[in-house]
Amino acid sequence: MEQLLEVKNLEVNFRTYGGEVKAVRDVSFHINKSEILAIVGESGSGKSVTVQTIMGLLPMSVADIKNGTIHYKGQNLLELKKRELRKLKGSKISMIFQDPMTSLNPTMKIGSQIAEGLIIHQKISKRDAKEQAINMIKLVGIPNPEQRYDQYPHEFSGGMRQRVMIAIALACRPELLIADEPTTALDVTIQAQVLKLMIELKEKTDTAIILITHDLGVVAETAERVAVMYAGVIVETGTVHEIFENPKHPYTWGLMESIPDFMSTTKERLIPIEGSPPDLFAPPKGCPFAPRCKYAMDICVDQMPLDYEISSSHSAKCWLNDEQSPNADEVLALGRSLYE
Amino acid sequence: MSEVLVEIKNLKRYFPVADKKTVKAVDDISLIIHKGETLGLVGESGSGKSSLGKLVVGLDTPTSGSILFEGKEFTGLNKKDQREMNREMQIIFQDPHASLNPRMRIGEIIAEGIDGYNLAKGKKRLEIVYSLLEKVGLRPEHAQRYPHEFSGGQRQRIGIARALAVQPKFIVADEPISALDVSIQAQVINLLEDLKEKEQLTYLFIAHDLGMVKHISDRIGVMYLGKMMELASSDDLFKSPLHPYTQALMSAIPIADPSSIKRERIVLKGDPPSPVNPPSGCRFRTRCAKAMDICAAIEPQWKEVEDNHWTACHLYP
Repeated sequence: MEQLLEVKNLEVNFRTYGGEVKAVRDVSFHINKSEILAIVGESGSGKSVTVQTIMGLLPMSVADIKNGTIHYKGQNLLELKKRELRKLKGSKISMIFQDPMTSLNPTMKIGSQIAEGLIIHQKISKRDAKEQAINMIKLVGIPNPEQRYDQYPHEFSGGMRQRVMIAIALACRPELLIADEPTTALDVTIQAQVLKLMIELKEKTDTAIILITHDLGVVAETAERVAVMYAGVIVETGTVHEIFENPKHPYTWGLMESIPDFMSTTKERLIPIEGSPPDLFAPPKGCPFAPRCKYAMDICVDQMPLDYEISSSHSAKCWLNDEQSPNADEVLALGRSLYE
Repeated sequence: MSEVLVEIKNLKRYFPVADKKTVKAVDDISLIIHKGETLGLVGESGSGKSSLGKLVVGLDTPTSGSILFEGKEFTGLNKKDQREMNREMQIIFQDPHASLNPRMRIGEIIAEGIDGYNLAKGKKRLEIVYSLLEKVGLRPEHAQRYPHEFSGGQRQRIGIARALAVQPKFIVADEPISALDVSIQAQVINLLEDLKEKEQLTYLFIAHDLGMVKHISDRIGVMYLGKMMELASSDDLFKSPLHPYTQALMSAIPIADPSSIKRERIVLKGDPPSPVNPPSGCRFRTRCAKAMDICAAIEPQWKEVEDNHWTACHLYP
């Protein structure tokens, strides 16, 4: 399988009045051609900052890329000049955002917003751009594309606007689409439509997709591989089956346990993850999840776990996977008492 | 069946909009909430579930219809009597960031209700505040802090403590977990369940996350464009949904299990129609795969099709 994008040892800090926030810490992952990779994590886990770094959207007045490389087909995006990066953005790599209400220009017709990228990147005539834009509107399943071309964003519903965003993002046939919580603002029935559309388009156009979400259901139904982020760190990564059926990190276990089993007929109490995510001004010295982890051991407090390889596609940053570690049930009793 | 706590009869709430049109946010809804149960209310945005919730606790006045609380008429009371009744019913809001006054200390926020109803003073009042904080899993010293010092989950706990301060019997929880992270949602749900047990509460739980609604509710009502489409026990509703809209809604929920058998998914076409000009007959017919001629002509009756399983659909004459 051909690697399309590879992020290595990425570290991003933000300078604030309160000090430095370590938003992304030593993050490495890759995505292959025409693959859907989901990045799962809670707010503040660094998933959005990671993709904003890829897209060059970080506010550089406050952000610091401390370390790392982002290779796109052998080119390090972090070393590219602004102009070179701009050529890639929108044509080879494009992005859709969570809120379709605020990411469209309210004073521009939908059609022109789709055609804009085509005119800039593919240097085609306005007339050809219009024709292609209308095709895109059709492709994303908006009825009456010719009339819709001349309408403004306020004339579209939320789900329709997200379709327009997808049309803009895919107009230049990018090789990589980054979708940051694309369905979070939508109702479930509309979410189902948009996800179905994204999967269909991926199959038609061979676009690879990085899907950022916090919804495990969405992950299970769309992604092929998953990276789980917590407090700026990728704690576990694997194929969707490995993550859901054989998770190897207590945070992943916690996430799975805290959602109700939709299919079950008995009522079981939910098992929440106690506590709340750490303060990123001063992240824990060892494993970031240790303060909330039922299975924390002495070493977890002191040292960031190594990235243990479970299989060629599956790895987890947790000391429990070490040969010398006792098994999880034995350390359960100790657990969070270390922090209390 | 146990005692009736809230009875809603033919409740309507119409909002006037431009061009002398009206939005029928809540249109002729009747239902009963029993003492000690959790009634879940689901539906997409614009279905009128929050409007209904606000009407039930008296935050809004219905256009017509009536709400009976413990058998007493609640609508049309004078201010003083309504205020007295309001003490028995409280609401928890969705956004824990917007629903707490940023300039008030937590202790004052929680005590506002106690003061308003003159329930306690001085040392007694402080003790109540401290015990409320402990009840929701916070610490007494938090009373001195301001909302910005708390995380989303903690703020939602504060909102719950505030609601409990006046010892209500009935709580409307309007999307209480939608703004919270997955790992925190379960904490708040467990807290709500524990409190229900301890304080003998009755909940109207409004949400769009069907999984959570199923988990917490005894019965569930499904709303669409201001109308109740189906109402049944949560097991019945999930096992055998009758209304095509409920069926579509259920099949749209993504399941967190990549190996689950790929379900026959009913993907609804299009968006919900505008509530200003809803379709004639059954409001769902424009997106319904099973729509018949009669659906456009006659509005289906709300009736009990199976034991305690209500729906409004021409498929069940």
